[in-house]
Amino acid sequence: MEYYIVLKLIWAGLLCILLIALGLMVGMDMGVGTLLRFVGKTDAERRTALNIIGPHWDGNQVWFILGGGAIFAAFPTLYATSFSTFYVVMILLLFSMILRPVAFEYRSKTEAHLWRAGWDWAFLISGFVPMFIYGAAFGNILQGVGYHFLWNGQYIQDSSFWSYLINPFAILCGLMSVSLSIYQGGVMLMMRSENPIYDRARRFAMIGGIAAAVLFIIGGFWIFQIKGFVLTEGDPAMPANPMHGQHVDTYVGAWLHNYTNHPILWFFPMLGTVCMLLGALIVKGNKPHLAWWIGLGSWVGTICTVAAAMFPFFMPSTTTPNHSLTIWNCSSSAYGLACMLAVAAIFVPLIISYTSWCYYVMRGKVKTSKVVNDTHSY
Amino acid sequence: MDLIHPWVVDLSRFQFALTALYHFMFVPLTLGLTFILAAMETVYVVTGKQLYKDMTQFWGKLFGINFALGVATGLTMEFEFGTNWSMYSRFFGDIFGTPLAIEGLMAFFMESTFVGLMFFGWDRLSRPAHLAVTYLVALGSNLSALWILVANASMNMPMGTTFDPETMRMTFDSFVKVVFNPDAQAKFVHTSLAGYVTASMFVMGISAFYLLRRKHRMFAAHSFRIAALFGILSTIAVITLGDVLGRLDYEHQPTKVAAMEGLWHTSKPPAEPWILFAIPDDKNQKNYFEIGVPYVLTPLLTHTFDTPIKGLYEIQDSAGPRIESGLKAVAALKRYSEQRQMEDLAVFKQHEKDLGYGFLASRYAPEQNVDKITSDHMPQIIEKTKLDLFPNVFVTFWSFRFMVFLGVYFFVIFAMASYLSLRNQLEHYPWFLKACTWSIPLPFVAAEFGWITAEIGRQPWTVFDILPTFMSASSHTASYMVFSLIGFVTLYSIFIIAELYLMFKYARLGPQPHHPSDDNKIENISIISSKNN
Repeated sequence: MEYYIVLKLIWAGLLCILLIALGLMVGMDMGVGTLLRFVGKTDAERRTALNIIGPHWDGNQVWFILGGGAIFAAFPTLYATSFSTFYVVMILLLFSMILRPVAFEYRSKTEAHLWRAGWDWAFLISGFVPMFIYGAAFGNILQGVGYHFLWNGQYIQDSSFWSYLINPFAILCGLMSVSLSIYQGGVMLMMRSENPIYDRARRFAMIGGIAAAVLFIIGGFWIFQIKGFVLTEGDPAMPANPMHGQHVDTYVGAWLHNYTNHPILWFFPMLGTVCMLLGALIVKGNKPHLAWWIGLGSWVGTICTVAAAMFPFFMPSTTTPNHSLTIWNCSSSAYGLACMLAVAAIFVPLIISYTSWCYYVMRGKVKTSKVVNDTHSY
Repeated sequence: MDLIHPWVVDLSRFQFALTALYHFMFVPLTLGLTFILAAMETVYVVTGKQLYKDMTQFWGKLFGINFALGVATGLTMEFEFGTNWSMYSRFFGDIFGTPLAIEGLMAFFMESTFVGLMFFGWDRLSRPAHLAVTYLVALGSNLSALWILVANASMNMPMGTTFDPETMRMTFDSFVKVVFNPDAQAKFVHTSLAGYVTASMFVMGISAFYLLRRKHRMFAAHSFRIAALFGILSTIAVITLGDVLGRLDYEHQPTKVAAMEGLWHTSKPPAEPWILFAIPDDKNQKNYFEIGVPYVLTPLLTHTFDTPIKGLYEIQDSAGPRIESGLKAVAALKRYSEQRQMEDLAVFKQHEKDLGYGFLASRYAPEQNVDKITSDHMPQIIEKTKLDLFPNVFVTFWSFRFMVFLGVYFFVIFAMASYLSLRNQLEHYPWFLKACTWSIPLPFVAAEFGWITAEIGRQPWTVFDILPTFMSASSHTASYMVFSLIGFVTLYSIFIIAELYLMFKYARLGPQPHHPSDDNKIENISIISSKNN
């Protein structure tokens, strides 16, 4: 196989891994943010919950930034087109995301009740909204996005933002992703808290796992009714130019095309569903560490299910299907991808090892009494 | 070619400028304060004196308040390339996206992961391990600046990249050329040092406030001295690197330099004055009320006595042929994109090097369609395009001057601060302490002016000489821009109020715990042998 095709595939795979890491790590913190007002009834309890992820949220958030950066570098046309066509949604995502760092750092710096209550709401918004949009974005691209390109590469948007904001399938996907984040956040809280936070977190984690499974299964049946896309013509080694060189067919149920041709792919939806249900069961059995790793399985199952259905599409176009963005037509040059791969090969293992070390250093239960007396905590 | 509505381009630019300038209020302090924290903690680890641990923790708390907003607003910048500048991102993503992603992998991850341990790890790490963590945060934030400026330099001084007509975008040819872009290297050192100046002034100003109030005197006197010495060294280095940057711009971005210096006509060395004060009039292309120092400009910029410096008029005049050739390149490229004929590609290759000028001129084509240009239109299009060739001279000229004047001021104040601090005479000069406190905002202002000089000075290009700004934006409606602008103004206003409130609150509160020794006499403070600890 040609060198360029291999690089494109590797980067599509890395993007997939990055999206899983993002869902897992950022989702966990966001889940804690969403749950903050519900697992912590008193100010001291809320501070305890915040300080459980306090040393790690900033590092975890970089998965999100890296997700954006990697799409920018490896698939610039995808980055440019998706961020722009989803403009209003992206700006809402951004607004909710930028509340988080500020809320963490500022919330406990002053005693006033109104101040703290305000930032607690900010945590709810900045935990719920980004995870909702993360899932909804998958829901939207599965249905295709209305856009086409001009001769010089400028994209033109063909449909209004309302269709991406208020769209039943996207809302379902959004709620599913929120459920998974609540599961993961709840499990994290269980690992490092004591009662009463522990018991409350346990209940939410169970609900999150079951809700995710139910929504995932409904989504699976729904996808049969959605118009999917199939690439019928297009050389994987083509120059990265979405204006030429592809022919795309669309018909209802086409997203099952890959599953019909390669039944082994059914492994991913099975994995996702089993992990979500099994996770809820393990939470019930009070084994949060095991449940945390099961959460990874849920994310792998979910993201890979979508990836397997869509391959090789990234973002299909409903109005000019031949301009759809695929793994083949929107990447960087072979040279750029190779450089980035070399850098990633060095730094990703390094990041994983020092992140693990940080979790190791900060291991153990966070005690409410200690948090309240520590001026350096959140 | 469908043109993006000029309003959308202007609003996108305004939004980007607003969010970038806002972001840049928090970045310089982060860059410098992390190293000052590391320096203070080093003294703590070496000497074991509690005072230095208190210093690290107190200034660390102020650092945290600032850091949160730096992280939050940095996210905005990353989003905006995709949301507002999609044509740019697609066209130049190969080159620009790579350093940005490397920044995330190499620097931002390190900084963000260890900043958590820096705040929470005091009791869980050994002293040397905690010190190492603090250094990693400092290293991470500065490496972050390096990669961002590598990305920025690729726009200011594109290198290691060529246009590919098959993909209609710039492709990456040489990693080494992109990373070792001289503009990136010089700008990195200049910018990070400006951050050290900012942090030094911040620490020195707040310490001066305590000295003035006779509070936390021991703590303040030590902090003041570290900041003053750090500040004077950094200021000298900033000025030196500013000179390097000026010469690089002189070689690679003649329009920026001419605008910075208010130079309408090519200079006649060696007596050409360096203009101290003038009111550049962009409309009539001349300066009013010029006051300058003769014999300075040429040696300042070129480090010679006989090299002329190009003026804006002459740059304009010589651009005609490039514009004409560029239009041929664009027309051929368009035909090639639509019909895939080899002869169009051949025509394009002939005129390839002027493509950017063709893009710049294309908006004056009849119905914005380059196919419709006949030889009758050409002279008029060239005349119109020439007027777009350089940036707003008034803004570039004055933002550059404010930055330079402030730089000189910093040199004076840090020199004096170091002298008085080393002689333990600070408390005899309350007016000077007051001046230090009131100077806290000035390095922030200088950094903003530096940024404005560099970025306004790059206009009308997003990628210098290659991609014009008006083509780079996303094809949105103006209502999208208004929606996001209102959101940014609201959120950012709330943030800045909250930030200033907390900064003032914690700065006033001062270091905790309070040392009884602070109220003692401090006539003989010395960093090495303080008896009070």
